Amino acid sequence: MKTIKTIEELHQMLINKEITSDELVKDSLKKAHLLQTKCNAFVTILDDAKGKEVTEDLLSGIPYGIKDNYSTKGILSTGSSNTLKDYVPFFSATAVLNLEKHHVVPIGKTAMDEFGMGGSGTTAHTGNILNPWDTTRMAGGSSSGSAASVAAGVYPFALGSDTGDSIRKPAAFCGIVGYKPTYGMISRYGLFPFASSLDHCGCLTRSVKDAAIVVDAMKGIDKNDLTSWDSQDIHLFESLDGNVKGKKLFYIKEIVNLENYPDASLELKEHLNNFYHTLDYLKEEGVTIEEVSIEQNLINTIFSVYECLSCAEATSNMSNLTGIIFGPRGEGKGVNEMMKEHRTKGFSSLIKRRFVIGSYILQKENQERYFVNAQRVRRLIVDKMKELFKTYDGLIMPVSTGPAPYIDGSKDEITKDNTTNLEEHLQIGNFGGFPSITIPNGFINNLPVGINITGNCYDDANVLNIAYALESKMPYKNQVAPILKEDE
Amino acid sequence: MGKYKAVIGLEMHCEMQSNSKVFSSARNSYNDNPNANIRPLDMAFPGTLPTVNIECIRKSLLMALILNCQIPKYMYFDRKNYYYPDLPKGYQITQMHEPVGVNGHITIDVDGQSKEVLIHDIHLEEDSASLDHYSTISLIDYNRSGVPLLELVTEPCLASSKEAVAFLEYMRRVYQYANVSEADTKKGQIRCDVNVSIMDEDAKELGTKVEIKNVNSFANVATAIEYEIKRQSELKDAGRYDEVEQETRRFDEETGTTIRMRGKVDAIDYKYYVEPNIPKFKIENSWLEEIKKDIPILPRERKLNYQNNLGLSEYDANIIIKEKDYADYFEECVQLGIDPKVAANYLTGPIIAYLNKEGLTLKDFYLIPAYLKEITEEVAKGTISSKQAKDIFNKSLEEKLEPKNYLSDNKQISDEKELEEIINQILENNPSQITEYQNGKTNLFQYFVGQVMKETKGKANPNIVRDILNKKLN
Repeated sequence: MKTIKTIEELHQMLINKEITSDELVKDSLKKAHLLQTKCNAFVTILDDAKGKEVTEDLLSGIPYGIKDNYSTKGILSTGSSNTLKDYVPFFSATAVLNLEKHHVVPIGKTAMDEFGMGGSGTTAHTGNILNPWDTTRMAGGSSSGSAASVAAGVYPFALGSDTGDSIRKPAAFCGIVGYKPTYGMISRYGLFPFASSLDHCGCLTRSVKDAAIVVDAMKGIDKNDLTSWDSQDIHLFESLDGNVKGKKLFYIKEIVNLENYPDASLELKEHLNNFYHTLDYLKEEGVTIEEVSIEQNLINTIFSVYECLSCAEATSNMSNLTGIIFGPRGEGKGVNEMMKEHRTKGFSSLIKRRFVIGSYILQKENQERYFVNAQRVRRLIVDKMKELFKTYDGLIMPVSTGPAPYIDGSKDEITKDNTTNLEEHLQIGNFGGFPSITIPNGFINNLPVGINITGNCYDDANVLNIAYALESKMPYKNQVAPILKEDE
Repeated sequence: MGKYKAVIGLEMHCEMQSNSKVFSSARNSYNDNPNANIRPLDMAFPGTLPTVNIECIRKSLLMALILNCQIPKYMYFDRKNYYYPDLPKGYQITQMHEPVGVNGHITIDVDGQSKEVLIHDIHLEEDSASLDHYSTISLIDYNRSGVPLLELVTEPCLASSKEAVAFLEYMRRVYQYANVSEADTKKGQIRCDVNVSIMDEDAKELGTKVEIKNVNSFANVATAIEYEIKRQSELKDAGRYDEVEQETRRFDEETGTTIRMRGKVDAIDYKYYVEPNIPKFKIENSWLEEIKKDIPILPRERKLNYQNNLGLSEYDANIIIKEKDYADYFEECVQLGIDPKVAANYLTGPIIAYLNKEGLTLKDFYLIPAYLKEITEEVAKGTISSKQAKDIFNKSLEEKLEPKNYLSDNKQISDEKELEEIINQILENNPSQITEYQNGKTNLFQYFVGQVMKETKGKANPNIVRDILNKKLN
């Protein structure tokens, strides 16, 4: 397995002057262009990027990628949508500004599912984003370009955002680490909103330690985001000690039990068996892992609750996209026609479908039945999880049904059983604003698969430490997709 | 007309005064150059988030308390979703589920009769941008986007245009008295929606409600209500009341009529839902107690006090409570010991006349109550006549000098004999200065004048002093 340098290792090389920040940046840019021809991971590559001063700071002089739904001052920020295809913001997101204080060097803006509304990487206005392990497969989404570029080794980390599983699923499909911290730990100011109550900032890296370093630099209370909170006493990187003896985790029987999937594909069987096998590593370290049963009806609501809430919030959040103040001005007689043309032309059909659903759900006559009920069920699910977190340090679950699907869906192995719950359960992490991290835990058909750990709010250090301990037992840390090597 | 009972409800939007906007840190001053006071949120740039101006929350709670409303335990906001070019976010942040105050009431006077007006709710929201329409283009000014707005909704409890205007006039004063808003209709700080229906005198159920949007002056509110009552009554008289539809109309200023905008079927569904970016927060009782201390004495209470305890006529009292500045000035005068009636006469007479003539407000008025007292005191003592008082009042205003300067003028020493005696004494005491003066140090002349002034405490008539000194020294 080919591995690549961590942030700490790169920092040591920079300090020892084995390499300069400029050289790192040039190498990163070269890889970005090469990857672009193969995976289409970028909206913008910042060819003018220069190295920065190397200090004691672990992140100083290190290149990185930014998902294109982060507002970046003076740099095109499209959210991978035609509605903002020429939009150059005049202010940067707080998370980006926080990172800048560490002298990191942005290399590019990564392509994504349009405004984060998708899990496939096939709805960007710049075309499909491909999986660097196998370019006939999806990278997953919506942080597709960030996942693909980190997996391919363009740089050690990239920023992502996560409303349903948009960091954690592409991380699994690309064989890397994806971490979204507790809601409000990182300010959302400057992140293009999808569904505000579910949106999280986070990062994609190749190791848990790197994720801790990056989020330590991104987080912090922000006067511009009232949902942010003071986390100055949380030091994720310093908290990683790998000691997990006595920790307790659970998994949800109704979602991962193979008996629920009598018609499971080989991939799915292998994925679930691999999940159980991975649990043994943690048990060896003194972690107790228990199967917990949650009412099937409650589990079955997860996806519809997510769909209701996210679509409803999205229709409202994206009502500012009218082409009047920014974005290409629509043509037509009068303002209404202009707005209509801008939105009709600008949005992909997937988004329009979600807007229709969201509008329907928010209509006066439907709101109680769909929107308000979805909010109630969200609360039930979160309460159930919080109750379990009184006993357990976290929930451990496989990510999705196996490796990344083919972009041409007809080639996929078909499981006739309903696997929605397995595909969508990470949304629980967004309902509760829980810290949640995906790490790679093996290969199926030569493609990476992932496992996820989700814990209680504000318990990020604990969740990361368990992921760190598990990662150390497996050979996937710092792995890199061999896509760029062949051409060098 | 006349045989039906009109039922009127009002929605009064009032722009609050505050340093910054309600959800952004831009200055709240939309009469500046267009688009000078804007932050990224006010134009809804992607990724911007609202913050909350605590001063606006405080003021809205103050108004809810003044209106005797129930106040919720928790405060949060809702989004009202609709597309319009003056609404950059595509939604307005407002309060639908939990207004800052509900079920309130306030007593007003209409033609000397008191009337309790029931308040459905008062809520805090943001204003939209303003549009300037030209023949071929429209321009958007985002200065107003996000300006704090209080919307006050009455129950349908008013019976005439007179009552409606009396209520609006009174509330305008309350906003001013509470320092919540300048409440200047000329600056467009107050805008109203009016709901009108009619019913038979003895009917139990309300008639069909018609809403008239965006009426911008109180005079127009009266015209719109009267027109609407007439229109509905005529239809009812003609047996065509079924043609009165539950609809939204607009007021046409030129014709003084109302014009249909949309019917009930086309009513906009605003898809209200809770604003997710502003976390719910608790309204602490201790905070409410603090705010209660800021409740001002309201105009109606003041008026009753003036009439019942200070002996003013209702006419004078009404004039004085019209503006908070007037009432404050008057009360300061009384506190300083000026007779209330005298103070009221000055205020309602020459002071207001002067302010109107000069286009000033009391804030810029030179004769503060303490100065006014300098005049009224002398009149009371009989040392000056009312004619003299009037002169001093005018001179003092004109020359921006304290009235007492002119009072001493009036009583200055002009008696030549008296002054000569004083001067003789001074010359006797200053032989060396006389010698110096006569040897050519002529500026010592002023020294002698000064000595006389000192001796007479400034009351000597300086011209006569100079004459005598000239005679004696030269």
